[in-house]
Amino acid sequence: RKLFALPFIARLLLISLSSNHPKYHSKRSIHTVLEQRIIISIITIFTTPLLLLHLIMSFSLAAGGSTTRASIPGTNTANPAAPGNQRTTRPIVTGTSVIGIKYAGGVMLAADTLASYGSMAKYKNANRLVSINPKTLIGGGGEYSDFQALTTLLRKAALEDRCTADSLYEEDGSEECAREVWNYIRAVMYNRRNKMNPLWNDVVVAGFAQDKDGSTGEPFLGLVDKIGTAYGDDVLATGFGSYLALPILREKYRGDLEEGEARALLEDCMRVLFYRDCRASNRIQIAKVTKEEGVLISDPYELDTSWDSASFVTPKGEIEGDGGW
Amino acid sequence: MSMSAGYSMPQQMAHDGKSAETRNLRPNELSTGTTIMAIPFEGGVVMGADSRVSTGSYVANRVSDKVAQLHDRIWCCRSGSAADTQALTDYVKHYLASLAIETGRRPTVKTAAHLMRRLCYENKDRLLAGVIVGGWDPVDGGSVYNIPLGGTCIKMPFAIGGSGSTYIYGLTDSEFKENMTRDEALTLVKKAISHAMARDGSSGGIIRTVTVTEESNDREFIPGNQLPYGPAGW
Repeated sequence: RKLFALPFIARLLLISLSSNHPKYHSKRSIHTVLEQRIIISIITIFTTPLLLLHLIMSFSLAAGGSTTRASIPGTNTANPAAPGNQRTTRPIVTGTSVIGIKYAGGVMLAADTLASYGSMAKYKNANRLVSINPKTLIGGGGEYSDFQALTTLLRKAALEDRCTADSLYEEDGSEECAREVWNYIRAVMYNRRNKMNPLWNDVVVAGFAQDKDGSTGEPFLGLVDKIGTAYGDDVLATGFGSYLALPILREKYRGDLEEGEARALLEDCMRVLFYRDCRASNRIQIAKVTKEEGVLISDPYELDTSWDSASFVTPKGEIEGDGGW
Repeated sequence: MSMSAGYSMPQQMAHDGKSAETRNLRPNELSTGTTIMAIPFEGGVVMGADSRVSTGSYVANRVSDKVAQLHDRIWCCRSGSAADTQALTDYVKHYLASLAIETGRRPTVKTAAHLMRRLCYENKDRLLAGVIVGGWDPVDGGSVYNIPLGGTCIKMPFAIGGSGSTYIYGLTDSEFKENMTRDEALTLVKKAISHAMARDGSSGGIIRTVTVTEESNDREFIPGNQLPYGPAGW
């Protein structure tokens, strides 16, 4: 926008410099009328392409879709790193792992309900599994405020989709399927990463892909990380889960898992994460997406844990011990 | 990379985004980011601790024993670097054993605490250790000494320590009373440590306690699914 003004400012400057009023006479005033016109035209020629480019850019996919849809309130797209602008340098309130698995009836995600403030377990009932539209579920780890902003953005888009559909009550295939949501999140995350102001999240997307004729297709499970890497798989995990839960999930995964088996497997992984991740809680939520019922998110519940192995119970600090733990 | 707004530069650079509890540890060093506590009562002392040993965000040991015995009736609760506190405990155990033989008497808790203090103070730039020394001796009965980072040694009516202790200052200040009985002290230790474990990410697992009296050392173990206040919270 500042570039718009440049030709006009240039003209004003030249006019003031070349004025014949005695007050402004300067020994070094060299501008004849012809030279003025040359300078003005040179400046205009250089700035106009920049202006056009700016106009085109605002409609392009580089912004992750139309500007109205991709701008998250509070971010300045013009110069993100300038002093006075805010950008995420480190996460403050964070969620830990999210894990997901495909099963016979659809896709299932699990996450705990803890949002930590550094090492403090501050918010024990935070929802990290959220439905975007009746057929798509996302789970987010990382900075919780960025996850909330992303959820708002996605839900706004989903609402617009619903309201501009041919019918409010019937499926017409125009609602975004999970694969589209995953791709859109990828575009948003990559765009933010390019502006050095990432949404500090790892997002898991669960749902179904859509066939060409608009009908619901295969189960879909995808992940997008904070720099815009996007991939899909049968089993996925973020954060600590990628170290501790993925090996378990990969070992036990079969294409024809029943819902109960899938759930037990996810609970086992969440239990391991509670034992071994300092930022995890034993209060978890499980969510599933199925063709018939769409998204269902359970209420939070507590996992059972085991602490009574004999070697756990025996104390190690006695004076006859080896000084270990 | 340009500087961020909203943080003054020295503040940002000082910690560089690292968490408070791990920034002074060497890379990969184990920390007993912890909750430890001791309450003396008439005739003895109750000492308790959680059981989580962490390396950064990974739980290296979820059932460790942070209550170490220094002598027959003298114990210490360890917090800070696991390596540093194990080494300190070994030294003090050795010195106390020698002292007991040389004097023919039980060493006092005060002596044990001051030995620990000497080691912590004279190596203060090389150690990351906060301990609570407590026990029973015939001179003072039950007593508790808190030795935080730096090597201060201070006798206290009750002591809490470790990273989780910050969450229970209010609780212990309001629930503690002078001249508690053995059972009251034990209940408070268990309750306070549970609450700290519920909020501190570096504390968790089980609660180990020891009740030290003239007659015996009674060890107790509370599993993580039978805590007075569970980690899931409200």
